[in-house]
Amino acid sequence: MAVPLDYFVILSAFLFAVGTVGVLVSRNLIVMFMSIEIMLNAANLALVAFSRRQMLMDGHVFVFLVMTVAAAEAAVGLAIIISLFRNRESINADQLDLMKW
Amino acid sequence: MSDYLFIVPLLPFLGFLINGLLKDRLSKNTVIGLAVGSVGLSFVVSLFLFFRLIGLDAEQRTIQQVLFSWIPVGGLQLDFAYLLDPLSAVMILVVSGVGFLIHVYSIGYMAHDPGIKRFFIYLNLFMFSMLTLVLANNLILLFIGWEGVGLCSYLLIGFWFDKKSAADAGKKAFIVNRVGDFGFLIGSFILFWSAGSLQFTDLMHKAPEVFAVGGGLVTAATMCLFFGATGKSAQIPLYIWLPDAMEGPTPVSALIHAATMVTAGVYMLVRLNFLFVLAPTTMLVVAIVGCATAFFAATIGLAQNDIKRVLAYSTVSQLGYMMMACGVAAFSAGIFHLMTHAFFKALLFLGSGSVIHAMSGEQDMRKMGGLRSHLPVTYKTFLMGTLAIAGIPLFSGFFSKDEILWQAFSSGYGHPIFWLMGLITAAMTAFYMFRLLYLTFYGGERYDQHVASHLHESPKVMTMPLVILAVLSVIGGWIGIPHALGGGAWFEKFLEPVMVHAPKMEAAEAGAGVEYGLMALTIALVLFAIYMAYVLYNKNIAKAGSLRESLAGVHKTLINKYWVDEFYGAVIVRPVVNGSIFLWKIFDVLIIDGIANGLAIITQDMSLTIRRMQTGQLRSYLAIFLLGVIAIIAFLVVR
Repeated sequence: MAVPLDYFVILSAFLFAVGTVGVLVSRNLIVMFMSIEIMLNAANLALVAFSRRQMLMDGHVFVFLVMTVAAAEAAVGLAIIISLFRNRESINADQLDLMKW
Repeated sequence: MSDYLFIVPLLPFLGFLINGLLKDRLSKNTVIGLAVGSVGLSFVVSLFLFFRLIGLDAEQRTIQQVLFSWIPVGGLQLDFAYLLDPLSAVMILVVSGVGFLIHVYSIGYMAHDPGIKRFFIYLNLFMFSMLTLVLANNLILLFIGWEGVGLCSYLLIGFWFDKKSAADAGKKAFIVNRVGDFGFLIGSFILFWSAGSLQFTDLMHKAPEVFAVGGGLVTAATMCLFFGATGKSAQIPLYIWLPDAMEGPTPVSALIHAATMVTAGVYMLVRLNFLFVLAPTTMLVVAIVGCATAFFAATIGLAQNDIKRVLAYSTVSQLGYMMMACGVAAFSAGIFHLMTHAFFKALLFLGSGSVIHAMSGEQDMRKMGGLRSHLPVTYKTFLMGTLAIAGIPLFSGFFSKDEILWQAFSSGYGHPIFWLMGLITAAMTAFYMFRLLYLTFYGGERYDQHVASHLHESPKVMTMPLVILAVLSVIGGWIGIPHALGGGAWFEKFLEPVMVHAPKMEAAEAGAGVEYGLMALTIALVLFAIYMAYVLYNKNIAKAGSLRESLAGVHKTLINKYWVDEFYGAVIVRPVVNGSIFLWKIFDVLIIDGIANGLAIITQDMSLTIRRMQTGQLRSYLAIFLLGVIAIIAFLVVR
């Protein structure tokens, strides 16, 4: 008994929305970071779902790619956050407003 | 033999380069030695070339030396090339010869001037430019020399640049010359456009095929070129700069503003004589302008009191003679007069320089007098020059001036009116020159004690050139004694290959008798003018005063030079100045600056408003980013 495609898509959209809102509303950089991971995984879910429906391996392969990128991003992002914290003793996004006029 | 033609202009140029670059390292004597030596060597080479040229057959006397291809662009093929033919041979001899004598004279005249090194550097540059001008084988190279001498003229008129009148005179000369140069350039363009070449020998061959006699193109081109010549050779309407140019040191007046540079216009006309004879209208204009200038300038010369100004107006007047000769197609007579004039006018200017030197800088003839005994060499040489310019028989000026008068009367282009005006001018010339002579060297001494104590004859280095020039002024005309006086007219024959054969209407047999008659009339009138000058300015000087009183109106007009400067000032200079002020204060400041500043202000204000969007808040950037993504997707979907 296969789960219908609609469910996957709805779940994926929901997760993506959660991630987006999380990025926009949270102040903590780490939370924002996690929210981005949620968005990425929402996209992965959609890819896998469509791939299965089409009976093709393309989506699966692409998911691996996304996961690799996410891992690399996590590494770089965490490094940035750590060095930011070392310098400014804060990872509050609202206090990091150097890039203004 | 063409191999070393380029050495003639190169030597002064090397002198200029070495002295100009190492001015501060070389001693004063080295600079002078290099400058004078280079010009002297240049003269020797010229002399050598001249004799080689005479050795050739008359038809072969055209030698070209191409140094390198200068401007090869499309149809325009210009070489940096020198041309030696009888005309340029005469010119380089006159330029380097008289130039050398004046260089030598300058050693004495400028001895105490702190700027003497600069003076000789400019003089060398001038010699190079002038020799390039007369040796050029195309119009554009000639123009290089033309502009070069103009530049040197500017630099040397304003040599004492801390004197405002000198600086102003330099500017005036340069600007007035630029007006003429404009005509020169337009004329060259028309020539190139219609004939496809600017090289003299090419043009000479092509001209009769390309241009119809009296055609519009050739008339326009020659008119424009002649306008250029009026600037350089100080003819009406552009003569006004030359009298002011006397602000420069006297050797400069002698070299540039009497003997060489100002004759460049005449030279150019003669060089292009094959074009001018194709345009009878231009010829008529040339003759009228020359004749009018000769007459007009001579009248002004009658009343001037500054010794150099008299000579300046005399130069303008004599240049008018040369122009008139060109206008009546007596080109070789024009060059003949150019040569003799170079001798005696250089002599007169150098003589006046010697006088000024002795008088501690005084130039007003009313404050001189009786210098005959104090300056014996200057006096004797000056007398020779005066006799030559007045046209006393056997002196050089007599032959050349008489040749012009005769041609003006008899040539196919001539007219008795030209002759009559020329005749009156000759009489006036004799009058003002003897007036100058009497006021300066005769009569009572009208200078003060201070000047008298410094009074001295000039040193040898200054009087030697005077003596040589005096000899040349006397014998210089003998190479062109006309047939009517039993001479061979050798000069005219020598220049023959360069000239086209202008139609002449003189009847050979009837001519001789008339020629004698006219000659006798000229001599009689000149002698009468000299007698008048003797009566008025030597025998009874009070008479001159009473004559001045009775002709007060005329005198005032003459001494104010017909108010031509004032007229030009009101009609040309003031409108230009006012127009410029309008453009500056209204157009530039309000409109141009307004647009530029307005744009800047608008940009600044907009930026100040818009930059508030950059909050530096990461989350607001992300929100805008999201909105952008949604907008793009919405656009893609809706489309």
